Amino acid sequence: MSDEKYISIEGISRQFAAPGGGKTTVFKDLWFSIPRGEFACIIGHSGCGKTTVLNILSGLELPDEGVAIVADKAIEGPSLDRAVIFQSHALLPWRTVLGNVAYAVTSRWPKWGKAKVEEHARAFIEKVGLKGSELKKPSQLSGGMKQRVGIARALSIEPKMLLMDEPFSALDALTRGTLQDEVRRICVETGQTVFMITHDVDEAIYLADKIILMTNGPEALVAEIVENPLPKDRTREGMHKHPHYYAIRNHLIDFLVARAKSFKSEIPADYDPKRPPIVRPVASPQPVPPPNSANGTAAA
Amino acid sequence: MGASVGLRAGILSLAILLIFGAAWHIAVSSGASSGPAMDPEYAKLMGITATSGKSAMPGPLDILAKLGEHLKRPFYDNGPNDKGLGLQLLYSLGRVGLGYFLAVLVAVPVGFVIGMFPVIYKALDPFIQVLKPVSPLAWMPLALYTIKDSGKSAIFVIFICSLWPMLINTAFGVAAVRKEWINVARTLEVSQWRQALTVILPAAAPTILTGMRISIGIAWLVIVAAEMLVGGTGIGYFVWNEWNNLSIANVIVAILLIGLVGMALDLTLARIQRRVTFPE
Repeated sequence: MSDEKYISIEGISRQFAAPGGGKTTVFKDLWFSIPRGEFACIIGHSGCGKTTVLNILSGLELPDEGVAIVADKAIEGPSLDRAVIFQSHALLPWRTVLGNVAYAVTSRWPKWGKAKVEEHARAFIEKVGLKGSELKKPSQLSGGMKQRVGIARALSIEPKMLLMDEPFSALDALTRGTLQDEVRRICVETGQTVFMITHDVDEAIYLADKIILMTNGPEALVAEIVENPLPKDRTREGMHKHPHYYAIRNHLIDFLVARAKSFKSEIPADYDPKRPPIVRPVASPQPVPPPNSANGTAAA
Repeated sequence: MGASVGLRAGILSLAILLIFGAAWHIAVSSGASSGPAMDPEYAKLMGITATSGKSAMPGPLDILAKLGEHLKRPFYDNGPNDKGLGLQLLYSLGRVGLGYFLAVLVAVPVGFVIGMFPVIYKALDPFIQVLKPVSPLAWMPLALYTIKDSGKSAIFVIFICSLWPMLINTAFGVAAVRKEWINVARTLEVSQWRQALTVILPAAAPTILTGMRISIGIAWLVIVAAEMLVGGTGIGYFVWNEWNNLSIANVIVAILLIGLVGMALDLTLARIQRRVTFPE
């Protein structure tokens, strides 16, 4: 059970004080699970509480109701088993690249000697392609390099899972592409369980095995869980030629454009928040669609 | 042409100094005889230098001569009323150093706590706001009455005037530490103590040092006034004593040295501040 439901979100809800007194429920009765070794993305518009879900998984926030379970244990606070890659990279500017990574390493293994910590930190700096920049301060690095340090810091503590809050959103398209490739390579190699927030549909299709769709807040719901139909060995260059690519892409965009908003007003009769529907968008079997097809896969 | 801004500014500074010195010299050597007649009683009071021809106001050359005299023997001690300028400055620096050091010991930890807990921040704010604008010399009678020792009272006055800028800046710096840095430490399961030392302290250090720099400036301003009141030793006492001796030259030399020492103190803290400041 613990492998199938390595991460299990069970009926969590979260409220914040509203500006005019009273309370706003950001989301309520949220259920979903992620098996060990899976890459899950969550997509939804701003304000649906994606970051709050991530903060609950990291232990920085606690849910008002329900529990978040990782490896059969309820999350009660932050843990070194779950590393966070922050949107704004959150490097300590007074420390060097090496110092930032070493800070995480000494927090993980407080008894290690200085030489061992440094060796371990250098290995991860090399892994993200920053060899030679160890002694630079964050202010001397480009945005992409800073985020690489953030990734090295998260990986260096050898966590059981990675939590990423839009890690590539502040980067230019070219840098974003290379970093996505590297994150995918590292995650596939090490079999990491990953939970990532993104706004970028193509990023989700490239990286995720499973994409969780959230409706608009307040009182956001998990509308459905989309399984990625593309093969595991997909590449960024080749994936848009795959027959299923447009099926999933159109499905996701259709959701973001229309259904994220309308879902709550037309909830299907069989909708059960504990078991959100699982969808696997694939290309329709006929090779040439009829000229006046009103198929839902043409929303883009 | 071609010379750096620094060099040109240096030449200009030197020119201003020379022009000022020359104007001063001319004003002093010509002014006295043509001045209005002095009230005979006042003339008797002022003594021979003020009344007979030459101005009592020394010229720049007199000051230089006096300065040379002091520099030749800065640390002599001929009893309570006749000590070397260097010795007097050391007395003042000692008082400032001790009062300031005590203030650092109190202000930085207390400011840290105030900055970390918004409730304490809000609760103590009215007290700080009321006490901060009080002239430190207003504390003098209270200090003299309670401590019953003029030397210690002077140190207390330095302590109280150094306290506020450091306290307020430390609290502000600690409260303004970016949440994401704290979150990094929290996700790494760093203990509260280690968080305070490895995240909050370095993040707030530039702001804390700004407070320390303001404080040392105020302490050095206040010590002169405090020593004029307390008497006995120190550069402030020296200035007042030389006024009583009507030695304007000594007063001007003392003013010059107070300025130079104040500048040195400020530069020292500015250097430390630069070392803890980080670019983002």
